[in-house]
Amino acid sequence: MKRERDWSESVLNVFVGLVLVFLALPTLAVIPMSFNSAELLVFPPPGYSTRWFATFFQRSEWYGAAINSLIVALLTTAVATIVGTAASMALARSRFRLKGAVAVVFLLPMMVPAIVTGVALYRSYAVWGLAGTIPGLVLAHTIVALPFVVINVSAVLNRMDWRMEQAALSLGASHLQAFLRVTLPIIKPGVMAGALFAFLTSFDEVVVALFMTGVDTVTLPVQMWAGIRFEINPVVAAVSVMLVGLSVFVFTVYALLRRSQP
Amino acid sequence: MAATRAAGFTRPRAELLVLPGLLMIVALFLYPLVSLVGISVYEKGDWTLRHYQRLIDVPAYVRVLQRTLIMGAATAFLCLLLGYPLAYRIATTSGRARAALIAGILVPFWTSLLVRTYGWMVMLNPQGILNKALISTGLLDSPLILINNTTGVLIGMTQIMLPYMVLPIVAVMVRLDPALMRAARILGAGPVRAFLRIYLPLTLPGIMAGVLLVFTISLGFFVIPALLGGTRDILLAQLVEVNINSTLNWGLAAALSTLLVVTTLLLYAIAHRYFRVSALWGDIR
Repeated sequence: MKRERDWSESVLNVFVGLVLVFLALPTLAVIPMSFNSAELLVFPPPGYSTRWFATFFQRSEWYGAAINSLIVALLTTAVATIVGTAASMALARSRFRLKGAVAVVFLLPMMVPAIVTGVALYRSYAVWGLAGTIPGLVLAHTIVALPFVVINVSAVLNRMDWRMEQAALSLGASHLQAFLRVTLPIIKPGVMAGALFAFLTSFDEVVVALFMTGVDTVTLPVQMWAGIRFEINPVVAAVSVMLVGLSVFVFTVYALLRRSQP
Repeated sequence: MAATRAAGFTRPRAELLVLPGLLMIVALFLYPLVSLVGISVYEKGDWTLRHYQRLIDVPAYVRVLQRTLIMGAATAFLCLLLGYPLAYRIATTSGRARAALIAGILVPFWTSLLVRTYGWMVMLNPQGILNKALISTGLLDSPLILINNTTGVLIGMTQIMLPYMVLPIVAVMVRLDPALMRAARILGAGPVRAFLRIYLPLTLPGIMAGVLLVFTISLGFFVIPALLGGTRDILLAQLVEVNINSTLNWGLAAALSTLLVVTTLLLYAIAHRYFRVSALWGDIR
């Protein structure tokens, strides 16, 4: 029986290893292509160069799109984190009628498919003069990012010991002081995780952005979309490698934050 | 002074803090959504179901809806096939190995969808890494067509959706008592029988949640079928986009969107009975 078990364990491990390779493959595949010296997606590359990275930093349609994405993602993160943390506080510490329904409303933007959100928002925001503008895209992305903030902050708040805050209040702290000096430091890992999710959600978001961006407000994913769908532009590979680096960095920060949670 | 404050004034309308976010979602999301649903049933001052009627009457549209359902189901099946053993390995491992396995799932999960889709285009195209490798080793004479068709879409969707299958199943598996399997073996069941009669049924809630989640999210996929699929076999989300950007048929696009949203929310509600869906985005440990 021992031997039979070892055998099935090895089969399982090999299978799991193959699944992990399958998961990593598309991410790894972009690395050799980004250092490709040719204009086409040929493998193996005829030679290696960093020309596509250079092109990225020389062409305004590429670095300009990255700057737009950064602006939108940072503004989205700021608004979504503040508004989402406030809402999570309200949901965690008060009881009011329809609270369950309100909590579901905060999760809806995550559940509605992006294509529907894109179409619906595009139609209304166009009427309001917001379509194709940076503020319009920030508002749209804030909506999409809010559920991620609420989920992460609520997860910490639900484990929080509220007596800490009560102690601060009974010792004479104002509500703002108690929040800033006691509650916020305790829930900080959740707030930071929510902010990271919000940033990545906005920075990588393509479907809603396809509808919401105009000629002057193209974001990096929209520019990549054009570079993939309508031509085979090798700059996309260079951008991809930089984005993978960003994801690994963000994941590491997230993992460290999770470790520091109570 | 401090005492009266603590007794009478501990919770100064904390619920008001929900308002900024709630107002944003209602005005900037729900209102646009409801008005989109509105134009699917209300036209030129009159109520109508003609857009929905067309979805049933026009064979091309019926085929798109069927194909969308089939692709969702196929993706869910493939994810279960690849995801269940992976989930089992994660649930039965601890320490560094477990952390590495989880990172192996979460890093791709956190990588841009476009990057991964582009990666598949690089991997799978006729001059791509996979075909070149298979031909140079003599396993193939001519390249396999793995892109711009259903195979490409399935490969891409399975890779993207796999974490949504694995994480709920792991959540159920780690709560199982290993003594149950030992008891079954001691009482004479073989490994296959113990698995089929004890382990599999007990992990069924995780499987249900995973399958429902993957199926549901797959129904709305746009980027992957648009980039890895062919031009003939489009899915629901692409039909929405075509009707807005090419044929300017807002009524039909609105009807398709309504159908998609209603189906999606219903399926989420069912999945939620098996698994707290929100845990996927930040509450897993």
